[in-house]
Amino acid sequence: MSTENSVTDVLENRQYKYGFVTDIESETFAKGLNEDVIRALSQKKNEPRFMLDFRLKAYEKWLTMKEPEWPNVVYPRIDYQNISYYSAPKPKKVLESLDEVDPELLKTFDKLGIPLDEQKRLANVAVDAVFDSVSVATTHKKKLLEIGIIFCPISEAVHEYPELVEEYLGSVVPVGDNFYAALNSAVFTDGSFVYIPPDTRSPMELSTYFRINTQETGQFERTLIICADNSYVSYLEGCTAPQFDTNQLHAAVVELVTHDNAEIKYSTVQNWYAGDPETGKGGIYNFVTKRGKCLGRNSKISWTQVETGSAITWKYPSCILQGDNSVGEFYSVALTNGHMQADTGTKMIHLGKNTRSSIISKGISADHSSNSYRGLVKVSKNAANARNYSQCDSMLVGDKCSAHTFPYIETANSSVQVEHEASTSKISEEQLFYFEQRGISRENAIAAVINGFCKEVFKQLPMEFAVEAQKLLTLKLEDSVG
Amino acid sequence: MLEIKNLHAGFDGHEILNGISLTVNLGEVHAIMGPNGSGKSTLAKILSGHPAYEVTGGEVVFEGKNLLEMSTEERSLAGIFMGFQYPVEVPGVNNAEFLRLAYNARLVRHGKEEVDPLEFDDILQGKMDSLGMEPKYKERNLNEGFSGGEKKKNETLQMAILEPRLAILDETDSGLDIDALRVVANGVNRIFKREDNALILITHYQRLLDYIKPDFVHVLSKGKIIKSGKKDLALELEAQGYDWLTTTQS
Repeated sequence: MSTENSVTDVLENRQYKYGFVTDIESETFAKGLNEDVIRALSQKKNEPRFMLDFRLKAYEKWLTMKEPEWPNVVYPRIDYQNISYYSAPKPKKVLESLDEVDPELLKTFDKLGIPLDEQKRLANVAVDAVFDSVSVATTHKKKLLEIGIIFCPISEAVHEYPELVEEYLGSVVPVGDNFYAALNSAVFTDGSFVYIPPDTRSPMELSTYFRINTQETGQFERTLIICADNSYVSYLEGCTAPQFDTNQLHAAVVELVTHDNAEIKYSTVQNWYAGDPETGKGGIYNFVTKRGKCLGRNSKISWTQVETGSAITWKYPSCILQGDNSVGEFYSVALTNGHMQADTGTKMIHLGKNTRSSIISKGISADHSSNSYRGLVKVSKNAANARNYSQCDSMLVGDKCSAHTFPYIETANSSVQVEHEASTSKISEEQLFYFEQRGISRENAIAAVINGFCKEVFKQLPMEFAVEAQKLLTLKLEDSVG
Repeated sequence: MLEIKNLHAGFDGHEILNGISLTVNLGEVHAIMGPNGSGKSTLAKILSGHPAYEVTGGEVVFEGKNLLEMSTEERSLAGIFMGFQYPVEVPGVNNAEFLRLAYNARLVRHGKEEVDPLEFDDILQGKMDSLGMEPKYKERNLNEGFSGGEKKKNETLQMAILEPRLAILDETDSGLDIDALRVVANGVNRIFKREDNALILITHYQRLLDYIKPDFVHVLSKGKIIKSGKKDLALELEAQGYDWLTTTQS
């Protein structure tokens, strides 16, 4: 009887607005993976010997491994020989400054809301932009270097700071850690590298923006962040991809290391293309290994993620709490709609004494999607007085979706305290009617309900990111509710 | 201000309202009474634009406009307020923030600037003081964990903030003890300055009408108004029940 349809029919809004393809000349390797491809890749990047050894070791491990079958997701087998492992915008020459970056590329990032050129760049955020396999631009690099902060593409760090890369690369996620991590270690082409020297707080947020452009390229980026004693950094990661009806593989590895009293805050807003909402065709397979090691005493690693895209998400940002009194945190909002499948959560490994961890997970499932939380809290024998608090809440939108919770707790020490709470709720037409009867638009109503549900996670995000995340969720859910 | 002509409406294919006609003028208080299942709440939901109900015939004109063509949101912004019989709980959404959203939506509609949380707090506190409401109503989440009485008080607070032209209170007295009933009724009386607005009270019992005096009383049965009268009709109903009216109907 009312005009609800005109509001819910905002299909134009709901369409994935980052689905465009940039027409740019790229240099792309032939499909397939073997030792020669890895050697060629390493040579292409003119890498030192230790890198090639690292890659070959990983490749050898990978050959012996199997794709994990335990996640609560369903997809056809991936043919790893049908993927190209290197694609880069063709460079004309070595770039001296941003002015020499292909204007098509700058336009692409502009369109994505990531201005890279000097005039428009964000004053308080330094950005490393990764396009397919390579980093195309890093802003504020010089300014940061003046106070000793290294923020550059990892391909550059391999040459400029080989001793740091050699020491830390693979120290948190070993080459043979899991199937996707091994693959990444063998073939990763770029990503970001951050080093914060002792007694330094990064004066700005550092951020990486990942963009997959080519249709049949996998993106295998690698991020390594090291915080020396008494240092701090807040790091943001954003991602989008064009709309293709084939699936693309994204298998990233992120490693974080904190020394004594250091803190890393790592925030992600992930909006990869999720496939066609009606048929489920296409979309990104997001198989990512993210892990932080609190190496030093009193150090802290905090993961905040807002997952709104990808056809399949397989991701467990984790903390190894090795230093005494170290703290690990995981705040997550995972939204699935259309035919998306997510199996995501965290691992908190307590090794040191008095280590603490908290997990706040909010899953929102709509349409035909499936949303699983999977979390492990493991406390070793030596982790006296370790504490964990976990809270997993699910919200269902409609009646064709599903939510699952798989908490695993393993403790080998009797002095620990582990708490787990879980709840499931529904966003209902009655709630939205109530808001609308008070003159609040449907869009604002959904935003308020979702924001209320995700409040504890959103308040962990930097302000602009939180606003962005809230808008993104509202946009994605508008059509699913009612 | 409100004219309902031969309204037919229903839910899920069943006709519930069976030709209702009713005129409400500015400054009037109308009570709609009737046995359970007579269509009282359906009428409230139709007027406020609940999406699950369907109008199959008739017309409703509110202040010169075709109400049935307006969305729920537009009706609210035009000044229609519904006091819910069962207000929903919305976890995590702060009550004051919800009220500010609603208040700002009105300001924007009238071409005014939105108020920030601090400015709004003054407005809210003023209303809460005048209604004698405790601070918890702005600290807690929207109806979350509220008792039945607290929810109805919260509805009254919302009405005070939004200052509607026409308020439709659906069974506001149900589930209230006598003290809560007095608070709610006093609130309603305080808000309604007769020259600016009108009120439709939907109620099963006459006791609410001891506190809020209606100008007209209508009895609804099987989706039709079968009798209209003045205040004393309510007393008659209280004394004799609905049967003497409903049996003569058929």
